[in-house]
Amino acid sequence: MFKELRPAVVSFLLLTLLTGIAYPLLVTGISQATMADKANGSLIVKDGKPVGSELIGQSFSDPRYFWGRPSATGPMPNNASASSGSNLGPSNPALMDAIKARVQALRDADPGNSLPVPVDLVTASASGLDPHISPAAAEYQLARVARVRNLAPNTVNKLVADHTEGRQFGILGEPRVNVLELNLALDALH
Amino acid sequence: MINGLFQIALFLGVLLATARPMGYYMLRVFDGKLPAFVRWMQPAENFFYLLCGVDSKHEMRWTQYAMALLCFSLLGALAVYALQRLQVWLPLNPQSFGAVSPDSSFNTALSFVTNTNWQGYAGESTMSYLTQMLGLSVQNFFSAATGMAVVIALIRGFSRHTTQTIGNFWVDMTRSTLYILLPISTLLALVLVSQGVVQNFSAYQTVPLMESVSYDQPKLDDSGNPVKDAAGNAVTDKVVVKEQNIAMGPVASQEAIKQLGTNGGGFFNANSAHPFENPTPLSNFLAMLAMFLIPAGLCYTFGSMVGDTRQGWAILASMTILFVGFLSVAEYAEQQGNPAFTALGVDQSVSATQSGGNMEGKETRFGIVNSALFATITTAASCGAVNSMHDSFTPLGGMVTMAQIQLGEVVFGGVGSGLHGMLVYAVIAVFLAGLMIGRTPEYLGKKIEAFDIKMASLVILFPPLIILGGTALAVMLAVGKSSIYNPGAHGFSEVLYAFSSAVGNNGSAFAGISANTPFYNTALGFAVWAGRFWLMIPVLALAGSMAAKKRIPVSAGSMATHTSLFVWLLTGTVLLVGALTFVPALALGPVIEHLNMIKP
Repeated sequence: MFKELRPAVVSFLLLTLLTGIAYPLLVTGISQATMADKANGSLIVKDGKPVGSELIGQSFSDPRYFWGRPSATGPMPNNASASSGSNLGPSNPALMDAIKARVQALRDADPGNSLPVPVDLVTASASGLDPHISPAAAEYQLARVARVRNLAPNTVNKLVADHTEGRQFGILGEPRVNVLELNLALDALH
Repeated sequence: MINGLFQIALFLGVLLATARPMGYYMLRVFDGKLPAFVRWMQPAENFFYLLCGVDSKHEMRWTQYAMALLCFSLLGALAVYALQRLQVWLPLNPQSFGAVSPDSSFNTALSFVTNTNWQGYAGESTMSYLTQMLGLSVQNFFSAATGMAVVIALIRGFSRHTTQTIGNFWVDMTRSTLYILLPISTLLALVLVSQGVVQNFSAYQTVPLMESVSYDQPKLDDSGNPVKDAAGNAVTDKVVVKEQNIAMGPVASQEAIKQLGTNGGGFFNANSAHPFENPTPLSNFLAMLAMFLIPAGLCYTFGSMVGDTRQGWAILASMTILFVGFLSVAEYAEQQGNPAFTALGVDQSVSATQSGGNMEGKETRFGIVNSALFATITTAASCGAVNSMHDSFTPLGGMVTMAQIQLGEVVFGGVGSGLHGMLVYAVIAVFLAGLMIGRTPEYLGKKIEAFDIKMASLVILFPPLIILGGTALAVMLAVGKSSIYNPGAHGFSEVLYAFSSAVGNNGSAFAGISANTPFYNTALGFAVWAGRFWLMIPVLALAGSMAAKKRIPVSAGSMATHTSLFVWLLTGTVLLVGALTFVPALALGPVIEHLNMIKP
């Protein structure tokens, strides 16, 4: 046991310096020098001030805006310093109540719309910070946003299309719409 | 649908294509015959041995190898414990987090040293940047390097004969770190940053919200007790929030090694579902590839070291068969979705504009295909990173994740630990075949004798004992039951998953369970330690025993262990042993829940 003590202590210290200090500093140095925007959180800057991050969703409940994925973070939704999913099991009555309430809120905001509700619009995301919704979820809300804002549906449709991202390289992942950027663009129209 | 199958095929194709070059590279590293592009580091490696007082030519018996490994791991556990307890006085703590509680620090220290990375805490509200990088990230390297060292020692046991020694732990561990983990992590971390993973030491960034949100907060009196009104109801204050406080940190450097070393401990609470850990489908693809890269490559390394690459391909084939089987169930179950959602007027069908399926606890950019794929990989690989919340999976989807952990994570498995688990199963498989035809079993020219079967049996029997025993204990005790979040059969699954994950050194969870309590922190802390080292020691003993044996020539009576017959025998052995052990427990959890869910 004692024979192994010196190699254990010395190798532990040296390799800790290498992997715990030198390695993260090297990655930070290169990233900050070459990809500072990304390394610092992909912030959206307007008039010199950050107004959000492209990658972090915000919570919307006003019919004038597109709504994002429901968020289960506490104490408020989309809490970006306490990411979390709901962890509700598939047969938990609390999950059914939550979904029922979300469907109802969407119907109340848009009484004429009787389309089935896209599943991602009424289920909580894994991180509680999902910045995206599916194109189907944007389509579902399009008529409401256009009506409340007195805009031609085509105008809104075009804006949605501009903020829709396809699969990466045409293959990977799922098509998606960035909600915060879309809503910022909507406000910028006026 | 077509695209989904294509994405899965692409992943498997790329993975299998990397197995040979990766395996060949690792072979050169462990033999000390470094390829030119890393040979310039060799003087540094030799100087390092000089400082440590290690003679790199010295060969260890299995007992000394095990002792060195335990010494090194124990030191790591102490360091991680100390860093958490002292972080309040240490630098790089911009959010001024206090000391972590003793029981949580104990649990986290053991969990990271054992490559488990079970997390009872939430990273972004608990750990300082220094603790994350100097404590947790360092153990991500060390525990992976240790896992690789053990499997290389076991392979040497098979490839050598009539010798007492199985290599030098310090050399194997150092080479894994310097030449395999560190260079690949650096490259991966930089690619991750290019996708949007953050890498900085700033305080959390505050941004204005476009639309303010409000919530009710229980009102507290001066002594911190909740205020109640005349009717006994809690009084609440309405809080209006106008800003979002976005967590930051040196994430990319930790994320890369967390995936590559099959560690799985997220920088943030939401782990690889967090957009700052896993922002794009490409970062997700690379994260998945990183989990299987070394385990798949090691199969080739194994084949080469024992002098017959077909032996390695046979193991890899068996792993791939099991993986595709499990993956199919998970993908199907999640895409089918939840019948109860449809009843509420929700559209779960798959189309060009939505992924459909059970999207509770999943991210839009990953959809069903990449969430179920990631979940199957992370539980096959003993990684435990998650890009979706397993607790919200359909009963069958959730069962796949749990069952893979319970089989011992031998489907690719953790870095090193997966292959050594599978080789133990191979020993059991040839033993079973030997019983059937009445011959002395042999594997790779080594006679399998009583001592070897005893060691293999320990490795197979010990984990179920702690998993099932621990689960039984927890569901009998009030402190165990009070942490359960979801009602009914699913609540039982949460506890069963927790013990499976701890003993299997996985680290993922049915995360509804409140595991940050003294009971679970302590019980699971011991479970991770036992699940790691009480298995590594019999594996090293097996390595020592194998190395000491004579090599017997292949005869007409030897069973070939590279044929498709053996691949199926091995696959069947893994499934049979796992099924016999865990079906009763799974019947009480996910099976009941599934039957209830589909009942008309």
